[in-house]
Amino acid sequence: MTQFLSALSIGLGSGAIYALVAIGFVMIFKATGVISFAQPAFLMSGAIIVSFLAPLMGFYVGAVLGVMAIGAVALLVERVAIRPMIGKAVFTIAIITVGLDIVIRTVAGMFLGTQPRSVGDPWGTDVWVISGVVVQQRHVAAFVTATVIVVALLLFFRYSAVGLAMRAVASDQEAAMAQGVSASAIFALSWAMAGALAAVAGVFAATGGPIGNTLWLVALIALPAIVIGGFDSLGGAIIGGLTIGVAQAVVSTYHNQWFDGSGVLPELTTNLGPLMPWVIMLAVLLVRPHGLFGTKEVERV
Amino acid sequence: MSHLVSASEPSDTPTPDRGTGRRGGFFGRPRGRPELYSSYRQEQALFNTRAKAVGAAVLIAIAVLLPFNVSDDVLRILGLGLVLAIGGIGLNLITGYAGQVSLGHAFFVGVGAYTASVVAGDPEGRAFGLGITVIPVWILAAGAMAALCGVIVAPLATRLRGLYLAVVTLGLVFLGTYVFTEWASVTGGPGVGREAPRPVLFGDDLTLDSAFTSDQKLYWFFLALLLIGALAARNIARSRIGRAFGAIRDRDIAAGVMGVDLARYKLIAFTVSSFYAGVCGSLLFVANRHFGPEQFGLIMSIQFVAIVFIGGAATISGTIMGALLIASLPRISAEIAHLFPFISTAPNTSPNIFEVEAILYGGLIVAFLLFEPRGLFGVWLRMRMYWKSFPFTY
Repeated sequence: MTQFLSALSIGLGSGAIYALVAIGFVMIFKATGVISFAQPAFLMSGAIIVSFLAPLMGFYVGAVLGVMAIGAVALLVERVAIRPMIGKAVFTIAIITVGLDIVIRTVAGMFLGTQPRSVGDPWGTDVWVISGVVVQQRHVAAFVTATVIVVALLLFFRYSAVGLAMRAVASDQEAAMAQGVSASAIFALSWAMAGALAAVAGVFAATGGPIGNTLWLVALIALPAIVIGGFDSLGGAIIGGLTIGVAQAVVSTYHNQWFDGSGVLPELTTNLGPLMPWVIMLAVLLVRPHGLFGTKEVERV
Repeated sequence: MSHLVSASEPSDTPTPDRGTGRRGGFFGRPRGRPELYSSYRQEQALFNTRAKAVGAAVLIAIAVLLPFNVSDDVLRILGLGLVLAIGGIGLNLITGYAGQVSLGHAFFVGVGAYTASVVAGDPEGRAFGLGITVIPVWILAAGAMAALCGVIVAPLATRLRGLYLAVVTLGLVFLGTYVFTEWASVTGGPGVGREAPRPVLFGDDLTLDSAFTSDQKLYWFFLALLLIGALAARNIARSRIGRAFGAIRDRDIAAGVMGVDLARYKLIAFTVSSFYAGVCGSLLFVANRHFGPEQFGLIMSIQFVAIVFIGGAATISGTIMGALLIASLPRISAEIAHLFPFISTAPNTSPNIFEVEAILYGGLIVAFLLFEPRGLFGVWLRMRMYWKSFPFTY
């Protein structure tokens, strides 16, 4: 039981990171109808920029400034490379974001250097032990931060004028424009917020160790999360992210007991955990092709 | 462009100079009217103008004679480009022609590569092998096994559309990498890999130098296979199947209403595309000599997507151009490093040539889609149009 609860805490911590990236994906998708494959680059460069700012001004200020900087970069990227493509096929825009991802990620990677860099988080690998359950502080921090951000976002969408405009554009772009909402401003804002969310996720994904060259892969795990939840569902993104995080952590914890020695599939020596998001995704899609909470596409002839 | 399709063209035999009363010309086309089509068959012909037929013949002749004039290291790059073109054509059939987004091409390439090496592998070796070294057997087995995987995936994929499909095929790559890494008796395991299948043609091992060098022989071998593959793909594209693909790409609901069997044609698209990927995989293995299971990942998938979009979606010749460009990118970035001495060739200092290569990749994808959505083929179309309309700009 304590082993399970420890796995659960790891899962919720990493799941919160996936959920943050997934919310970014969903925001861009709701506004523009495109999946932005550039999120991994924003995640990676967020962690790297914070690793430069944190030694100068402390982790908290550095993280906030770094996240804002990545938001600005995303805004710029949208303006330069995505805005001219409005109205083109969504897949074309998605491929452009793939290209952008490679460029931004490579440029950010140049700043990594050969010395190990860390984001200078105050938690490191410290743990709390609560009646035998090992809980890593960084996972708690990630979960709490994600919760605060999600609540703030929901309040923003519910009560602010800009949030209302964003919901209006997401539900009916032309009607929103007829009411005087600038759709292109909303697109830009969605990109900026999604970039910032990815950067937050990057900072927490990089806690507890040096920034690795493969950190950006974390953002890809948010893709099955949004497929499970449905591309256009914020709640689905959060639930999908947490589900995947927990499933991954639980399978990683119990992999040895399930697959070694017991005689079931003895070839599986490598941990199945990283594979779980994709397996769950395929299982969900077999039943519901538009995700658990996604809107079913209306086919009109 | 003027299309003059005569309404009374039910016969199968192409009749010369129908309705024009003038003799000569290509396919009975009146002279000096390259844009005049007097039958549907003319317009759908493989080479619908004489210039295209002659141009293709000249290009093929140049390609065949190239190994006598070009050094072996350039040939190796070109050979790799030819192999990538085969896989690129496969991806173009499904993504460019049929409009089904696939980021999972690397998985099928991997299946092909390992099938080929299992069929042709040494039965006494460390990794599992059957020892059938006849070339057509292992190439076709690679294609068939990949196509089979395509058939298995297709029922799930045909229910999905657009970006959902892109994400799901991405999942395929991750599942594939896991299986390839795990199944060490077939793939040799991570970091180790296994030997490529031996290409022995008429008792002559193409990987060994004899009268011609290994690179020359492999280049001709790849060129011959690419020509077969390109011709087959071109014919698929202009057949009933190809038109169904186009209808699905442009508007799948409308295509379905008009009687195109969506599930059937998406299944065909997946199968054919995977077959090309499998063949490409077996040849990539030959060209590289060695492959680790982790190489058939997301990056290879993106490489194929780049080939299709830089070359030009829904064009076969564009795909070949794109593949040659992508294959020569490492060389190009190495040459750039010669021009700018601050770019290093060591992987642990930056900026290095690998970073330059990655930026070129991504930058080319973005630039082409923004400024020349039809890709390299579009550049060629522009040049052709310039000379056609010379001295008028429009």
